[in-house]
Amino acid sequence: MTRPVVLSLIALACLAGLSLLIGASRLDGNAWQLLAISRAPRTLAALLCGAAMAVAGVIMQQLVRNRFVEPSTTGTTEGAMLGLLLITLIAPGAPVIVKMSVAALAALGGVVGFLALIHRLSPRDPFMVPLIGLIWSGILGAGATWFAWQADLVQYLGNWMTGDFSGVLAGRYELLWLAGAIAVLAYLSADALTVTGLGAARARALGLDHRRAMQLGLGAVALVTALVVVTVGAVPFVGLVVPNLVSRLMGDNLRRTLPVVALGGAGLVLAADIVGRLVRWPYEIPVGTVVGVAGAAVFLWILNTRGGQSHAR
Amino acid sequence: MPADAAAALRHVAPPLPLRAVWGIGVVLALACVAFMTLGLSGRIGFILELRAVKLAALLVVGGGIGTATVLFQTVAANRILTPGILGFDALFLFIQTALVMTLGGIGFASLATGAKFLIETGVMMVAAAALFGLLFRSRGSDLSRMLLTGVIIGVLLRSLAGLMQRLMDPSEFAVVQSAMFASFNSVDRTNLAIAAALFAVIVPLAQAMAGRLDVMALGRRNALGLGLDHDRAVLGVLALVAALTACATALVGPISFLGLLAASLAHRLTGTHRHAVLIPAAAMLGAAILVIGQTVFERVLGQQSSLAVIIEFGGGLLFLTLVLKGVLK
Repeated sequence: MTRPVVLSLIALACLAGLSLLIGASRLDGNAWQLLAISRAPRTLAALLCGAAMAVAGVIMQQLVRNRFVEPSTTGTTEGAMLGLLLITLIAPGAPVIVKMSVAALAALGGVVGFLALIHRLSPRDPFMVPLIGLIWSGILGAGATWFAWQADLVQYLGNWMTGDFSGVLAGRYELLWLAGAIAVLAYLSADALTVTGLGAARARALGLDHRRAMQLGLGAVALVTALVVVTVGAVPFVGLVVPNLVSRLMGDNLRRTLPVVALGGAGLVLAADIVGRLVRWPYEIPVGTVVGVAGAAVFLWILNTRGGQSHAR
Repeated sequence: MPADAAAALRHVAPPLPLRAVWGIGVVLALACVAFMTLGLSGRIGFILELRAVKLAALLVVGGGIGTATVLFQTVAANRILTPGILGFDALFLFIQTALVMTLGGIGFASLATGAKFLIETGVMMVAAAALFGLLFRSRGSDLSRMLLTGVIIGVLLRSLAGLMQRLMDPSEFAVVQSAMFASFNSVDRTNLAIAAALFAVIVPLAQAMAGRLDVMALGRRNALGLGLDHDRAVLGVLALVAALTACATALVGPISFLGLLAASLAHRLTGTHRHAVLIPAAAMLGAAILVIGQTVFERVLGQQSSLAVIIEFGGGLLFLTLVLKGVLK
C-alpha cells in the first residue's frame, strides 16, 4: 500500500470511530444494540455511499473527458428521481428491486440525454460541458417537480433530493453494498478506464472496444446513482470535488489514485454527516445540505484557480 | 460621441421593423382583454377589480424581465444569457431566508409590506451588482467559465439557504416556503404600485439608451473605437438590470427563463439588432407570455399556480435548443 492510502485509511478510521460515538442517544446499557442497529449501519452507509459516488464521478469524467462533470451535474441524479417518481405513481407497492431498476434505467436515460446534448459542443470549451449538464439537470428537476406537484408527491421528492442518513438502520441500507461492489469493479478495470479517457480513436488504436467500455461505464454510473438515490437520496458534488482534489495532489494514474479517491469520498461524506449531526445537536442537518454547501464552495475554488485552467482538457 | 455613432448607424440600418412591434402589441392587448373578460359571472365589478390587479402584476413583471434580459444580453454580448441563469433566483431565495433568519418569522411578517419590499429590492440590487461585477471582471478570460461560476454560485446560495432553513423554526420556515415559487395570486397592492412606479422610470430610461446600447452590442473594442466609455456604460446598464430583476423577483418570486423566452422571441420576430425596437418588443412579449399563460391556466385548464413551472420548463428547453444550434459558439 502506498503512503497516501495508509494515511487516508488512518484518517477514515478516526472519523468512523467518531461517527460511532456521536448521536442523540447516549451509549449506555443498550450500547451494543444501538451500535449494531443504528450507528454502525449509518457509518457504513456513509462510507459506501461516499466511496461509490466518488468513483462514479471519476468514471463519468473519464467517459466524457471533462473534469467538471459528475452524476448530479449531468442529469443522472434527476433521471433517477424521475424514474422513482414514475414507478411510485404507477406501482406504489413494487418491491425495492423493481423501483431500483426503474430508477437506474431512468438515470441511464438522463445521462444518455446529456451525452447527446454535449455531442455537438466544441471540445475546446471545457466549461460549456458542465454548464449544459447543470441546465439539463435543472430541466429534468423542474419536470420532476411538476410531476410531483401534480400528484401531491413534493414531499417524497424532497426526501430523494437531499441525501440523509438519519433513516439508515440495519436492514435499510444494504443495497449500498452493491454500489461498493461496483466501485471495486471499477478499480479492477482502472486501466481500461484510463484508456477510454484518451478518446475513442486512441482507445481503439490501443485495442479497447471503446463502445462497449462506454456502455459498461455509463451503466455502472447510472446503477450507483440509482442505488444511492433510492437508499439515502442525492449526495451532490462528491464525485466532482474529490477526484479533482486527488488528481491535483497525485496526478492521473487511475490505478494509483482510485483507492485514494474512494477513501476520500467515503471520508468526505462521513465527515459531512458528522458535521450535520453536531451543528444542531440533538437535531440533524441532512448530509446532502452540508455537502452541497462545502462542495459548491470547493468547486468554485477549483474552477477559478489557475490549476482549473490547466486541468481542463 | 455615442450619439453621433448611433446617428451614423441609423443612416446605414434599414427602416425599423415596426410592424412586428405593432403585431406584438395587438396580441398583448387581445390577451389582456381575454384575461379580463373570459368566464365572467357573479359580482362583476369585484371580479374585474381583482383581475385588474393581477393583470397589472403580470404586465409589470413580464415587461420588466423582458427589458432586463435584452439589456443584459447586450452587455454580456451573448444571446442565451439571462440574469436568471446566473443564479438570480437563488440569490432571492437566499436573501429571503437570511431576512427571515435575522429578523425572525414574526419580525419579518410584521414589517410593513411596502418597507419589506423596498428592503428586499434594495438588498437584492446591491447583491446582484456585486455578483455581476464579480463575474464581469473575470470575463476577460472566458465567457463559459464566468457562466459556470455564476451557476455554481447559484447552487451555493441555494444550499446555504437550505442550510438556514434547516436551522429555523417550522413556523419561520413556512414564511420562507411561501416565497419559494413565483406566484401571481397574492400580489400586494402597495408593492405593485412601487414596482410599477419604478418600472415607469427605468423602462423609458432604457429606451432612451437604445442608441448607446446599439453601439455596445458591437463589442467592447468597436464601442471604444466609436467613442463610447464602454466600461462605464456597462456599469450603468447592469444597475438598471439589477433594479428591474430585483424588483420583479421581490414582487412575485423567482422566474428564471421567462426573460430568455421573451428576448429570443423578440430577436426572432423583429429580425433586428436595434434596441429601439428590441426593448419594447421584448417587454411586450414578456408580458404577453405571462398574460396568455395565466389565462390558459386559470380559465381554460382551471389550475392556479403551475404557470411558473411551465415557463421554467419551456424556457429551459429553449435554452438547450439555442445551445445546440450553436448560438453560443
